[in-house]
Amino acid sequence: MTQRVEASRAPVLSAAPTATSPQIAETPPGLLRVKPQRSLWGNAWRQFRRHRMAMLGTAVIILIMLACYLGSALYPQPIDAQDLANTDQAPTLQHLMGTDSLGNDMLARILWGGRISLAVGFVAAIVAITLGTAIGAAAGFFGGFVDTVLMRITDLFISLPQVPLLLVISFLYKQSFYDYFDKNFNNGILGIFVLIVAVIGILNWMTTARLVRAGFLSLKEKEFVEAARSIGAGQFSLMMKHILPNTMSPIIVAATLGVGAAIITESALSFLGLGFPSDVPTWGTMLYQATDYFQIAPHEALIPGIMIFLTVLSINYIGDGLRDALDPRKTQ
Amino acid sequence: MGRYLIRRALISVVSLIAISMVVFGILAIAPGDPLSGFATNPNVPPELRARIRASLGLDDPIPVQYAKWASSYIKGDWMQSYTSKMPVRDYIFSRLPVTLKILGSAFVLGILIAIPIGVFSALKQYSLFDQFATTFAFLGFSVPTFFSGILFILLFSVKLGWLPFVYDAQVTGFWGNVKQSLMPILVLGLAGAASLTRFVRASMLETISQDYVRTARAKGLREQTVVILHAMRNAMIPVITIIALQIPEIFGGAVITEQIFRIPGIGRALIDGIGSKDVPVVMAITFGFAILVVVFNVVADVLYAVLDPRIRYS
Repeated sequence: MTQRVEASRAPVLSAAPTATSPQIAETPPGLLRVKPQRSLWGNAWRQFRRHRMAMLGTAVIILIMLACYLGSALYPQPIDAQDLANTDQAPTLQHLMGTDSLGNDMLARILWGGRISLAVGFVAAIVAITLGTAIGAAAGFFGGFVDTVLMRITDLFISLPQVPLLLVISFLYKQSFYDYFDKNFNNGILGIFVLIVAVIGILNWMTTARLVRAGFLSLKEKEFVEAARSIGAGQFSLMMKHILPNTMSPIIVAATLGVGAAIITESALSFLGLGFPSDVPTWGTMLYQATDYFQIAPHEALIPGIMIFLTVLSINYIGDGLRDALDPRKTQ
Repeated sequence: MGRYLIRRALISVVSLIAISMVVFGILAIAPGDPLSGFATNPNVPPELRARIRASLGLDDPIPVQYAKWASSYIKGDWMQSYTSKMPVRDYIFSRLPVTLKILGSAFVLGILIAIPIGVFSALKQYSLFDQFATTFAFLGFSVPTFFSGILFILLFSVKLGWLPFVYDAQVTGFWGNVKQSLMPILVLGLAGAASLTRFVRASMLETISQDYVRTARAKGLREQTVVILHAMRNAMIPVITIIALQIPEIFGGAVITEQIFRIPGIGRALIDGIGSKDVPVVMAITFGFAILVVVFNVVADVLYAVLDPRIRYS
C-alpha cells in the first residue's frame, strides 16, 4: 500500500526492488541539496505521516474525542430522558442513533459513554506504563539484588490468571470503592473508575517493565552515560535525563497499544456486568443492555460495538505507525 | 535438559504457591467477607454451613486459613460448591467437556486458517493477497470477541435465522450440536487466527531471507520443497511456542464467549460463581487458570528447545 505512494513521489526508483525501497525512496540519490537538520521527533513525524492507516487512525481518534468531549456538551439531548412511549426506536431525525430500551437518546449516551471509555483507556495505560517504566528502570539501572527481586515479581505477575482475577477483583471491591468515593468525594462512579483503572493498570505493566529493563541494561554501559557520570551527574539524573529518553520508543508503542487493550478490557468487564453499573452509560454497558433486545433493536448493540471497534482499530493503527516511525533501523 | 526440567518444575511450583497466596489473599481481605459468604446464602443448608466453617477454619487467622485450603486442595478435596450443592471438583469436571470441545475446535480452526494464510502472505509479500490478509488480520485482531459474537448473532440468528444463539446443553443430535457450536467456534477461532497469522507471516518472512533457503534454491530444488521442507519447518518453531503460550489466553477468551452464547462451560461457571459469591468454585477455577499459564510457559520453553537444535538449556 505504501509502495504506490513512494513510487509516485520518486519515479526514478519505481523500478527498484520493492521490498526495501520505501526508505531509500525518501531521499533520491544524486540530489546534492543540503538537508535541513532533522530532530529525532521531526524524523519520526515524517515517517509517521507516510503511514496512511496510522494517519487515518489519528484523524478518527481526534474526531471521536472531539465528539465525545465537545459534542456531548453541545448536543441538546440528555442521556437519561426516558421516553417510555418511544423505546427501541431505529435511528430517526430526532434521535440520530435511535433510542434504547428505556427511550433514552442513543447518541447522547454514546457521546457520554465515550468519555468514560476513552478516559479509562488513557488513564489505565498511563498507570501501566508508569508502573512498568519505574520497575523496569530500577531493575535495569541498579541490577544485582534489586533486579532479581523486581524481575521475580514481574514473573509472578505475568503468571497471574489475568481474566479471572480481573473479574473477581472488580466484583469484590466494586461496592466498597463506590461507597468510599461516594462518602468522601460525593462521586461513587469515580470510585469505580479508579478501581477499574487501577486493576487494568496493575495487571498490565509487565511487558513495559521488561522492555525498559532491557533498554536500561544495554544503555547504561554506553559511552554517553559514562560521560555523563564522569561530569558528575547523579543517579537520578542519569536515569531520568540520560537513559530514559533513549528507551522511549518501545514505551510509546506499548502505551498506545495499551490504550486500546484497556478500552477492550473495560468494555468486556461492563459487558459481563462487572464493570460500571448499568445506569452509567459506557460503550460496554450499552452493549450489555442491548443483548436482551437483539431481535427488536439491533442498532442498540451495533452502535456501541462499532464505536469500540473503530476506536481500538484506530489506536492499533496508530501504534503500528508509531512502531515503524520510531524504529531507528527504518529512519536514516 | 533433565536438570533444566527439574529446575523449571521447581520454579513453577514456587510460583504456583505464590499465585495461590495472592488469589487467596484477594478473596480473604475483600470487603464483605466473601469467604463466609455462604453464611448468608439461603441455598446452603445449616449442616453444610457448619461443615464449611469448620473445614475453612473461618475463625482462624488468614495464613492458617490459607494453609488449610492449600492442603485440602492438594489432597483433591476442593470443597463443596455453595450453590450447586455438589463437590467443586465434580462441578468443574461436569462443566469442562463443553468448554474443551469448543475451545479445541476453535484452536484447530485458528491454526488451520493462520498457517496457510500466513505462509502464503509471506511468500507473496506486498501482493494483493498479502495486503488483504494483513488488513483482515489487523481487523480481526482489533475486534473484541464480544462484538464479533454479537455481529454473528445478528447476522446468522436474527437476520438469517440459520443458527440458534442460545446454547442448549439438552441438544443431543450431531447436527444440532454442530449448529449451536458453530458461532462460538468461529468467534474464538477467527480471533485466534488473526493474531496467529501475523506471527506466521513475520516468522516466515524472516526465514525465507535466510542463507540456507537461498542455498536450497541454488541447489535447484523445487520451489515446493524449498518452501515446505526448508523454510516452513524452521519458521514454525517460534510459531509453535507462540501457540503454546496462547492456550491460557484462549481459555480467558472462553469466559466472554460462553457468556455471549450462554454456553454452560467453565467460563460461565466462573461468572456465575462470582455472581453468587461461590468462593470455592471461583478459587478452584482461578487457580486452574494459573496452573494453565504456568504449565504452558514451561511447555513453550521446552518445545522450543526440542524443536530447535540451536537452542540448548543447561
